[in-house]
Amino acid sequence: MTLAITIGVLVAGAVFLMLQRGMVRIILGFVLLGHAANLLLMAAGGTYLRAQPLLGYTAADEASDPLPQAFVLTAIVIAFSITIYMLTLAATGRDDDTEDAS
Amino acid sequence: MNTALLSLLIAMPLAVAGILVLLRVPRPLDRVLLLAPGTVTLAVSTWLLWLVRDGAVLAHNVALWPGGIAIPLVVDAFSALMLWATSLLVVVCAAFAIAVGDDRASYFGPLVLVLSAGVAGALMTADVFNMFVFIEVMLLPAYGLLAMLGGRGRIRAGRVYVTLNLLTSTIFLSGVALVYGSAGTVNLAALAGAASESPAVAVGAGVVILALCVKAAVVPVHGWLTRAYTGTSVAVTALFSGLHTKVAIYAIYRLYAVVFDGDARFLWIGVLAFSLTMAIGVLGAVGEDTTRSILVFHMISQIGYILLGVALFTQLGLMAGIFYLIHHMFVKASLFLSTGAIEHTHGTGALDRLGGIARREPLLALVFMAGALSLAGLPPFSGFVAKLTLVAGALEAGQWAAAATAVVVSVVTLLSMLKIWGGAFWGTPPEERADQDTGEHAGGGVAVQDPPRVRPALLMPGLVLAVTTLALGLGAQVLLDLSAQAAAHLLDPSTYVEAVLR
Repeated sequence: MTLAITIGVLVAGAVFLMLQRGMVRIILGFVLLGHAANLLLMAAGGTYLRAQPLLGYTAADEASDPLPQAFVLTAIVIAFSITIYMLTLAATGRDDDTEDAS
Repeated sequence: MNTALLSLLIAMPLAVAGILVLLRVPRPLDRVLLLAPGTVTLAVSTWLLWLVRDGAVLAHNVALWPGGIAIPLVVDAFSALMLWATSLLVVVCAAFAIAVGDDRASYFGPLVLVLSAGVAGALMTADVFNMFVFIEVMLLPAYGLLAMLGGRGRIRAGRVYVTLNLLTSTIFLSGVALVYGSAGTVNLAALAGAASESPAVAVGAGVVILALCVKAAVVPVHGWLTRAYTGTSVAVTALFSGLHTKVAIYAIYRLYAVVFDGDARFLWIGVLAFSLTMAIGVLGAVGEDTTRSILVFHMISQIGYILLGVALFTQLGLMAGIFYLIHHMFVKASLFLSTGAIEHTHGTGALDRLGGIARREPLLALVFMAGALSLAGLPPFSGFVAKLTLVAGALEAGQWAAAATAVVVSVVTLLSMLKIWGGAFWGTPPEERADQDTGEHAGGGVAVQDPPRVRPALLMPGLVLAVTTLALGLGAQVLLDLSAQAAAHLLDPSTYVEAVLR
């Protein structure tokens, strides 16, 4: 339940930020949205399983599912690199984000 | 053959890209290295097509983990066809980029090679999360290429493109999480039919397909395509038109066939959305006045045609869709490259600033005409076979409205191709027109400079693709047989599933 509420709050914040005009705010919105997606992936693995998933160390019915954690790691790296690139694009070129469309 | 070698199709372009980044490769050699991996992939995928022509499925579980746990790489008739077409496009578009000097931009070669590696991976993988990763591998260099080359609007185009794709990738990822949470696996073969049995999996897989529809530019989520693709260089537009949206379309076909098992309950949504895509794309082109923006709007319209195949989900419909997909990749790139040759030579693609090109460049006009007639669906080009089978498939499935839309839209397509023809190829050249407007000849000692000629190197790439579409139209049976084989695997994915889980 906690996770579901957290994801909901993050997505709400992300949508609010992404609807702003400034590129930097949009990027911050994406950071929040990325966190929400990652939490969703963690939730998909079942949060009631908490023990470290090591063979011969924890029983299989207690060990957490390592696959979503690997997914999240991959997704974090990808989202991080794209965020940096978007920040570069925000700093490059004419700043036409805050002007009225003409 | 040893199926472990399939991973080399991904590793080889990546390795060459690494060499190009790390070593300072001298001029002619780096161009050879840019074209070589695509050529090798083209040769290998032709051989793969030969191997899978009778319905065989080549599957490899990477690192020999047992089936269901490992990340599988699979080649069946559909993915082999796509590999073949994409690698040919990469070679042709890279040749065009070399001809216009786009490859002088730093890291152009490595970016294109990483892009092609991502495409090969996304086409072969049978794991939904791995597909997400490969789509990202394909998109990351694309962000760079888009904002690096092209005119004034390229940063704006880059911003639109990155923002849109990051949003859809995040939606895709959330869909993967929902699928994993409800089904406990992301292996395509293990997911076979899961969405038609469990509504929870159907929601998750539906989110994934929604994200792919945005990436494929289906109406009503198509607006990004025209903004992003018109801002960059011609070679990049042609390359992206053949690869990005088409990989998304491939993934929609594959996911709907395997995970949903072609569930008939949801097909009406597809028929409706894709018919709208056909109509709205072509109507959008009416208001445009540069060659490239007209062609980009037509791309949206054609995406509707291609995806109609999966919305019919009959043997004939799927076969027509796959044939249309391959045909469209070549024709669209051919049109982009032939009008791009004009854009590069005359410095503009605006129809009111061009004219009379057919008289000066008969061969270029012929290449464009071949592409335009093929796009509109006239014999003897591949577009005729594609449209005929698709309309036959729609009629067979009882989708009269969709079939009628397809026919009407192709007439409007022809009209809009004639608009480019009339604006750029016929009429008087702009230099002479200016003389008529002022009412006096530009004599008085001022010599009017002869307009520049299109160089053969710019013409060749478009010509190669135009000849391909003619060949696919005259020898359609070969591609139709392969498409039928691919469609059979989509209609009944059991061979595919068995090969992956083995």
